[in-house]
Amino acid sequence: MAENMTQHRVPFQRLKIASFDFTSCEGCQLQLTNHEATLPDFLGLLDVRNFRELSSERHDDYDIALIEGSISRQDEVERLLKIRKQAKILVALGTCACFGGVNSLKNRFPVKTLIDELYPPMNIETLAVRKISDLVTVDLSIPGCPVNKDEVERIMVSLATGSRVTLPKYPVCMECKAQLNTCLFELGEICLGPLTRAGCNAVCTSGKTPCLGCRGPAEEINMASFLELVKERGLSLDDLQEKLAFYNAFEPWQNHEA
Amino acid sequence: MIYKVISKKEFTGFIDALVRSNSSFAPRQVDRDHHGNPVYQFQQVQSVDDIAFDYSATASSAKHFFLPFREELSRFLFHGNDWEQQITYEANPVVLIGLRACDISALNILDDVLLNGHFPSPYYLARRKNTFVIGMDHLPLADCFCKSMNHHTVTTGFNLFCSDIGDHYYLSINSSKAFNFLREFETRDPNFDDNCMLVERRKLIQNGFQTEIDVTALPTILDIEFDSPVWEKWGDKCLNCGTCAMVCPSCYCYSLTESFTPNLKAASREKELYSCNLVDFAVVAGGHNFRPKKGDRLKYRYYHQHRGFAENASQQICVGCNRCGRACLAGINPKDVINDLRMEKESCVTCVSSSPRKI
Repeated sequence: MAENMTQHRVPFQRLKIASFDFTSCEGCQLQLTNHEATLPDFLGLLDVRNFRELSSERHDDYDIALIEGSISRQDEVERLLKIRKQAKILVALGTCACFGGVNSLKNRFPVKTLIDELYPPMNIETLAVRKISDLVTVDLSIPGCPVNKDEVERIMVSLATGSRVTLPKYPVCMECKAQLNTCLFELGEICLGPLTRAGCNAVCTSGKTPCLGCRGPAEEINMASFLELVKERGLSLDDLQEKLAFYNAFEPWQNHEA
Repeated sequence: MIYKVISKKEFTGFIDALVRSNSSFAPRQVDRDHHGNPVYQFQQVQSVDDIAFDYSATASSAKHFFLPFREELSRFLFHGNDWEQQITYEANPVVLIGLRACDISALNILDDVLLNGHFPSPYYLARRKNTFVIGMDHLPLADCFCKSMNHHTVTTGFNLFCSDIGDHYYLSINSSKAFNFLREFETRDPNFDDNCMLVERRKLIQNGFQTEIDVTALPTILDIEFDSPVWEKWGDKCLNCGTCAMVCPSCYCYSLTESFTPNLKAASREKELYSCNLVDFAVVAGGHNFRPKKGDRLKYRYYHQHRGFAENASQQICVGCNRCGRACLAGINPKDVINDLRMEKESCVTCVSSSPRKI
């Protein structure tokens, strides 16, 4: 089905793409079927080999594998390793794949407690939640809960045209200021905007909801200064830890003793 | 300049008529902070009742009406083996009400950089020419330092400037458009008392400043203090978030990106306002970062703001509104940084020999 197309005299091939769900809500994959205005153009870039939100066809000859979700069972580990062998470019799609995501809250409790609480009579096989880069090499990360379709479109266009794939390096504050929002710290809240990678167009903070960092850390964040800010304003350090832990995206900076 | 006096009641009618027939923006209260203080921004208004004439300062400046945070500069269309570039400099007429003297000074500085330099910006020109600017004076806030920068009064760069003299506004009319608009409304020539009241009002403003920054010879001091530890001290606090540049009325640095549309039949060149404090501000092709250190990036912001670059005749571009200082979550503000630099030099204890001798 891969047909040759040209783009300004440069031939290019549609991206042979497959998408797989692991421990997740499948919201990120569903997000890729949104944005109807450009959906036909977006699909025009792709040769969909395996993507259950888009097609019932199943083929194993893909180059790009989108992975949604974190890893929380042994069979998922095996499936992921198999995909890695086939894929030339393995993409962590969404916050769960990139950082573990909300699912990581599970890791605060012993596995046995969880099973007894949630599936009392059953013997469920389950593991602590891991991000996919704990298990395989990830070539490209597209963070977000859910991912931003505009950004995915932009990245797919870059892949199709062979140009450099980039994410904003600056934090959410830039996009938040461009919307003329009142800083949530001024409203007495802890917001992870100054730590979090932009690209969401400050969607949460524009609705006066503090950023919980679904897109993970911006490039070279200043956690020391951020902690100072929270302390100086007399805000709750427990609240801070809770927010930092929400998507497990700030694990390397988290205070594990708190 | 033509001077007129208008009663506040008549003025309200004038602004209302203007607002109702034009796309207008003015200070509005958008929030109350956790101390209970109102937060203002320049927002669209439909009638004079929407306007907070008694506002203190807007959290963000009016810069984005002239330099949008994000703007498409051109579009490229590909057909067959050919392509064309589409550029438009369209700007719808806008009425902007309530700018402070410092905000208008910032526009004058932007004019110097973006219109009077070697490469005038047609994008900026279109917006600047199509914006009707009404300035209003105010009593300085505790942290305003525009007087130190000599921007607490302004004589050009606006269509109309209103000074509050009690029951009336003393109007400085700086364009024929403003003069013609006002014809429909009842104004009179200022009399002796009006002039006295204007002088009194100016004195009150002049004497109301609580924050002063000694900026004498600041460009030289900045040159001398290029390697000062002060930069690292303040840089260590910096969150690299770019907020200071976004709210600033005169920061104009930007980044450019070019991207294809998903159908690959067109492409777009977009400009976004950027900040010298962002980690990749000085990253060049190939990946080298000329300013990997926070302190260096902060230093260059102060250099641009307070020492100026050749493109604007090395004049300081900071107007002293302190929006950056108010907005900075890390507590970095021009007053403390500059005072720190000065202290650095003034606490020098090295003995200077009386005259050099050739050995």
